[in-house]
Amino acid sequence: MSTLINGLITGMLFGFLLQKGRVVRYDKQIGALRLMDMTIVKFFFSAILTGMVGIAVLHNLGIARPLILPANIGANIIGGLIFGIGWAIIGYCPGTSLGALGEGRIDAFWGIIGMIFGAALFAEVFPFMRNTVLTWGREGSITLHQFFGINEWVLIALFIAAGSGLFIFFEKKGL
Amino acid sequence: MVRAESKGWSPYLAGALTGVVIIASAWIAGNYFGASACFVRMAAFIEQIFSPEHVAGTVYFRWFGPTVDWQVMLVIGILIGSFISAKTDGSFRLKAVPDMWASRFGPSPVKRGIFAFAGGVILMFGARLAGGCPSGYGLGAMVQLAVSGLVVVICFFAGGIISAQIIYRGSKG
Repeated sequence: MSTLINGLITGMLFGFLLQKGRVVRYDKQIGALRLMDMTIVKFFFSAILTGMVGIAVLHNLGIARPLILPANIGANIIGGLIFGIGWAIIGYCPGTSLGALGEGRIDAFWGIIGMIFGAALFAEVFPFMRNTVLTWGREGSITLHQFFGINEWVLIALFIAAGSGLFIFFEKKGL
Repeated sequence: MVRAESKGWSPYLAGALTGVVIIASAWIAGNYFGASACFVRMAAFIEQIFSPEHVAGTVYFRWFGPTVDWQVMLVIGILIGSFISAKTDGSFRLKAVPDMWASRFGPSPVKRGIFAFAGGVILMFGARLAGGCPSGYGLGAMVQLAVSGLVVVICFFAGGIISAQIIYRGSKG
């Protein structure tokens, strides 16, 4: 029960911040994909860079256990690209679609119904996928520092440097 | 008169605070962000009403069955949190057609609804094939420096940017 309440509170904070950052709406999502308005990218990478540092500390202190989604490179690439096509049409992603509905965007409701259909469709073809696409390039639950054989803090420093460079570029170009 | 809408918070600030929420949720509950798996649970929940045998016989639903877990509550929370934020700062708007969409495809809510539905189907099929969405792979996997997270996030943006360029070709607004 406490797990569920924790999920609800975490989600409320997440939804509140998504809306405050103005990242849940279609115009912002598609604005980023059209390379015109990078608001969602600024939000997304600020969250990731901040999270990376804190999570690495928690993992090193043994406070939180890693839970690494396995790399199935074939499915990751093909699924990721298919997602991108749908994303450019709907202009919401699964998490932000609920946030968009929360700020009154009614079209997000039809998108959510579509997403449930898409999930049902995938459940039907999963046995086929499991024997084909999901077997292409299985690398297991591997991290970037294991893959490249470098220290994780060096990698985090590189991510922060790259992210900061990107942010400076966005601000210079007024994106 | 429609009140001029406030600009909200800096996306850097709101994003960094989201990073703090991500850290707190790993610390307190041991959970990492994700959103797309609960759409599978929702599909299982609806199919359960019509054919429990079919749900029981579907392998994928054995992993993501019609149950309420941490992530389902997270997604419900997003809806509530966004509603509270929008209502309290006056940015809540009942809208069936986004402005940018209307400038390219016209003001029809039916047309927009159909495309939103179709986009949703494609997007979720891709997300489940890839194994997650921007929440799961970006905010859940990339923060843990997972190889999968970086590969998928690059593909999300690559697919999205190419498609958006095609869809909005020649459009300025």
